[in-house]
Amino acid sequence: MTIDSDILKNEEKISFALRSLYHRKGYAPYRMGKFEDYELYVKNKDFLPTSELISFTDTNGRLKALKPDVTLSIVRSARPEAGKVQKLYYDENVYRVSESSRCFKEIRQAGLECIGDVNEDLLAEVLGLARESLRLISDGSVLSVSHLGIVGGVLDAVRLEPDARRQALGFIAGKNLHELGALLRENGAEKEAAERLLTLAACSGAPAEVLGRLRALACPQQALSELERLIAKLGEDGLRLDFSILGDMRYYNGIAFQGYVPGVPSGVLSGGQYDRLLHRMGKAGGAIGFACYLDKLERLEVKGHA
Amino acid sequence: MLNIALPKGRLGEKVLGMFERAGFECPAIHEENRRLFFENEALGLRYFWVKPSDVSIYVERGAADIGVAGKDILLEYAPDVYELLDLNVGRCRMCVAGPKSYRDDLGRTLRVATKFSNIASRYYSSLGRDIDIIPLNGSIELAPILGLSDVIVDIVETGTTLKENDLAVLETIVPISARLIANKASFVFHKTRIEALVRALAQEVET
Repeated sequence: MTIDSDILKNEEKISFALRSLYHRKGYAPYRMGKFEDYELYVKNKDFLPTSELISFTDTNGRLKALKPDVTLSIVRSARPEAGKVQKLYYDENVYRVSESSRCFKEIRQAGLECIGDVNEDLLAEVLGLARESLRLISDGSVLSVSHLGIVGGVLDAVRLEPDARRQALGFIAGKNLHELGALLRENGAEKEAAERLLTLAACSGAPAEVLGRLRALACPQQALSELERLIAKLGEDGLRLDFSILGDMRYYNGIAFQGYVPGVPSGVLSGGQYDRLLHRMGKAGGAIGFACYLDKLERLEVKGHA
Repeated sequence: MLNIALPKGRLGEKVLGMFERAGFECPAIHEENRRLFFENEALGLRYFWVKPSDVSIYVERGAADIGVAGKDILLEYAPDVYELLDLNVGRCRMCVAGPKSYRDDLGRTLRVATKFSNIASRYYSSLGRDIDIIPLNGSIELAPILGLSDVIVDIVETGTTLKENDLAVLETIVPISARLIANKASFVFHKTRIEALVRALAQEVET
């Protein structure tokens, strides 16, 4: 059977290219049903980008929901064994409320997850695959990388109350240095620690340049070294560092990243390490993964792959 | 080409002046005509005027790389954009206002008339106060006078309208001013230009 690639939609072409890439790299396909136990999402509702779910009662009386996310299901079914890692990829529809229309929307996502013994080589492999995925989508793509260990450490040093800390994280994510500065002053943050946080929040750009600035900043050493080694392994091409990329630190830790392609106004790929989610779900080990938002690519001119 | 969305009106004119003094001028914008956008090809800039409350939508969706929006709009709609600079113009306050003699009756649901229902809801929920939002689009001050609401949540600049209608500011929620915002993907792809613009504009900000 041959398929005429002209009839394929953008997101289909990209989905095939991504699946083929992950398959070649030794990842196994993960297939899930449309429905999942409602309880799974309620227990981890802050992990989800949406608080609304499409729920219904199954014939056996169990409360179910149309899946708003794939990662939680993968983590739930994972059986991490010491010294081993499970590598999975998926291409699934998820159901979320659209920010603009406030209605439920079907969103197609492709991505991969690694669960188990996640070491530095694997972190580099996943970051490399994220960069490669973006390249399949478009020329001129960029993967922005951050390290929550660095942001968390520098933020801890200013010692804010939980409320102020939450606000500070919001300002860092929005590159809002003027309000971050005011917040730190109002909360009587120690001057040197506050300066360090403001400098970090302003740091973004080519890895070599940003790493140079970070070395002068007295950042958490272990996290900084890890980031340096990862960049050295991957090479700088197509990467930039940006510490406005954060995830909810109750679930995420370590590396976090966001991918952009020219012509799409928001991130088309997002991912990171989520050991803490694993631990919250009572599992040992580490985890890292990412998702590509195929629905955002509908209007993008696709490169000549079929 | 860097696309810049400016808010139509007095505030926009003031902000344009700041951009021009910072070295990002666009002579075409001062010509008398009915064009909707204005280019300075040499500098690679394109300006356009849009309704102030729409600026954040243009920027969030990438039709504009950067723009200038009031903090009130950013707080109300929480667009997914970077907020890079406080331009410190268009200064005013988001306030709770009501009849001068108003005393809150904690035994009843507070009726709040406002254009900013998200800001009002968040503020009162932080106080643990149960409220009923009455969404209005203009002449908010009329609501407590006619008994449509107990108080209003609105922007107060000089307070003259309030005073002339026997109303007063009861509480200040947050100070407001114009902010420079940027699309997140544009910031990645035009970082050098946007950061140069932020640095130059910062010099023009009066404190």
